[in-house]
Amino acid sequence: MPDKIKFTIDGKDCQADPGMTIYEAAKASGIYIPVLCHFEGLKPVGSCRICSVRVNGRWMASCTQPVTPGMVIENTSPEVEEYRRAIIEMLFVEGNHFCPACEKSGNCELQALAYRYQIMVPQFPYLFPKKDIEAFPKFLLEHNRCVQCQRCIRAIQTPDGKKIFAMKNRSGRVRINVDKKLAASLSDEEAQKAMDICPVGAILKKEVGFRVPIGQRKYDKKPIGSEIEEKR
Amino acid sequence: MNYKKILQKYRKDRTRLIEILKELQSREGHISEKAIISVADEFGLSRAEVEGVISFYHFLSDRPLGKYVVYLNNSITAEMAGREMVARAWEREAGCHFDQTSEDGLVTLLETSCIGMNDQEPAAIINGVVFTSLNPEKVKKLVGWMREGRAVQDMVEETGEGANGHELVRAMVRNNIQKTGPVVFGEYVPGQAIGKALETTPECIIDEVKKANLLGRGGAGFPTGLKWEFCRKEKGEQHFVICNADEGEPGTFKDRVILTERPEMVFEGMAIAGYAVGARLGILYLRHEYTYLRRYLEHVLQKMREQGWLGQNIAGRGFDFDIEIKMGAGAYVCGEESALIESAEGKRGEPRDRPPFPVQKGYLNLPSTVNNVETLATATQIITRGASWFRSMGTPVSAGTKLLSVSGDCERPGIYEVEYGLTVKELLEMVGAEDTLAVQVGGPSGNCISEAGFGRKICFSDLPTGGSIIIFNRSRDLFAVVRNFLDFFIEESCGWCVPCRAGNVLLKKKFEKIASGLGTVQDLKEIEAWGKIIKSTSRCGLGQTSPNPVLTTLSNFREVYQSRVSKEADFIPEFDLNRAVAEACAITGRKFQEEQEHA
Repeated sequence: MPDKIKFTIDGKDCQADPGMTIYEAAKASGIYIPVLCHFEGLKPVGSCRICSVRVNGRWMASCTQPVTPGMVIENTSPEVEEYRRAIIEMLFVEGNHFCPACEKSGNCELQALAYRYQIMVPQFPYLFPKKDIEAFPKFLLEHNRCVQCQRCIRAIQTPDGKKIFAMKNRSGRVRINVDKKLAASLSDEEAQKAMDICPVGAILKKEVGFRVPIGQRKYDKKPIGSEIEEKR
Repeated sequence: MNYKKILQKYRKDRTRLIEILKELQSREGHISEKAIISVADEFGLSRAEVEGVISFYHFLSDRPLGKYVVYLNNSITAEMAGREMVARAWEREAGCHFDQTSEDGLVTLLETSCIGMNDQEPAAIINGVVFTSLNPEKVKKLVGWMREGRAVQDMVEETGEGANGHELVRAMVRNNIQKTGPVVFGEYVPGQAIGKALETTPECIIDEVKKANLLGRGGAGFPTGLKWEFCRKEKGEQHFVICNADEGEPGTFKDRVILTERPEMVFEGMAIAGYAVGARLGILYLRHEYTYLRRYLEHVLQKMREQGWLGQNIAGRGFDFDIEIKMGAGAYVCGEESALIESAEGKRGEPRDRPPFPVQKGYLNLPSTVNNVETLATATQIITRGASWFRSMGTPVSAGTKLLSVSGDCERPGIYEVEYGLTVKELLEMVGAEDTLAVQVGGPSGNCISEAGFGRKICFSDLPTGGSIIIFNRSRDLFAVVRNFLDFFIEESCGWCVPCRAGNVLLKKKFEKIASGLGTVQDLKEIEAWGKIIKSTSRCGLGQTSPNPVLTTLSNFREVYQSRVSKEADFIPEFDLNRAVAEACAITGRKFQEEQEHA
């Protein structure tokens, strides 16, 4: 058994196994670092930057950065929390998010983060981008709500490794692009998996909706992150 | 079209995907749906993945284009040299707007970011051929020739100096070498350095480069010897040397001139690096904008093989090393080394997370050293002349010389090889700049300095630069400069991470609010704070520097901003009703403001 790595988060002494990322190491210590693009079991991509922490004065994404001995990590300092709040607000204004009308309300991680960070009104002006809704045999893709986390790209692939979801374009025009031919052969289970893995209401399985009433959903009961903090 | 036959010769080599897409585009004018399907099937990719690659690059297109495709550069120096008039001339003569194709299918007009011709703007690339110093008359002539069906190469009437006139180049591009120095443009006999290098051990080479204190010339300034050492120590079945010839920082064009006039020095440097790190293959990643140099560079490589400086058993000492050229397809972010590697592997040029660093897991996940063109050329000279010769120039921290690409408001734009430690003031005198308002050192991602900073030195410890120097005189509007730079970063963001993708758009919006006179002191505070958030949390160097146009002008030209904002008002809405209805008022003849006053 290799030696544990010792480091601190907000002054608290922590230990982790070598090879763990800062996010994983914090989680193992019962400390919640908010994430949006990251999903357990998928290779981290560091796209949302909400998990940013300051390590010995330098900013890093905790979902991709391996923990190393002696790291002094700031996770809840006012500046770290302020920057995270700004990133969450950026996501709200660069898309078109109307929570009351969204099937994902209460199960949406972006909405849950906004509640956790007590965001009332974003500091940024809304960009009101023009985005489309696309329909496929088993699901809808609501680009207005997509946060480009790339979870669907990583999680849903054909058995021979072809990507059904892929990135298209660049800059603010970047979109999730669905391979129409491959999407047509998705099973009900895979479509459900795509919807479940989407942190927001961008991928919606057709023909079912509001099966669990609003008010009884995951984040209606407990704030996001509490499942980790309870283990502390 | 028989796609199968075309694809066959690439032997399912995924790393050549961009090259394949380029060939298909050159054959059909665009990459058709059928072509996309064929490529996807050949490589076992989904169509969505292939579309992802195509849509990432400026110079790849899945929609039909005209017979002549004009990419007009939109950098700030082009604007200063009359780009607007040239753009209107193109639209008038071609009969279509930008981002459109003329009805007869003859001409497509598109914009592109800096093409490395800042000293001879306005410039455009038409079907791969570069046209410089454009004006409305020249545009009229060019479109006239297009209507006659003339080949683009035959529209080049006069070629530039040096190798620009070589039969394999035949470009109207000018080198404008204004000042030569002892390193890159110093005395040089091809083949000497590699011969000398192979007489010693790789460790000795690394040691010599370390002793010379050679720091990366691309701008970041990482010690080259150390990079080579890290790469050498990594285990891997193969190591790679990659030459970063993707200079995309607006205002930089020195690598273009090095590759035109000193290609052997660069290639020799790659071979030396290969020997040092234990690589047998080098890749020159050449930006698409410099496609016109490709045939010439291939020719130089072939000559070097014939001389025994490349290929098998180099200089009879049992070292095998060869170089291949890989082309970019138009993306600024590919100048970032991990994005460059992704692109060289035939993918979207999106930066990777680090660690692992390219020296650990680079090209094909194998140890790779990525070095700038100038760095490699300089390494060649260090091996020939020795570390102490090199350290006798420049400053203790920043040894040697630097090539500067100077453009903007000055008498003599072009290339200057100067010793590190030169002050901005000395440089301005050297290039013949008068009445200077601001100097952009290091391009948009660098620092915009005012007269107060003209005593500062160009070196790694004071004003670092990859080579871009843009000069603005007092007749220029600083806000137009910042606006151009912000637009550049918004366009060139790969879109991967939130702060860069969304943050830069929001920063620009705030900037426009201030520029239009609707800003307050609070807005100045906010734009500064937003800039810091973007810099701190972005994933790669692009987002980590993209707010610099705002932040550095805010700190060096604060009075310009302060003169535009209201000192009394706590809040002014971004929406200005009078301005929004101004056009309607003009059409209807009603005077909105006066009515307000009556009420």
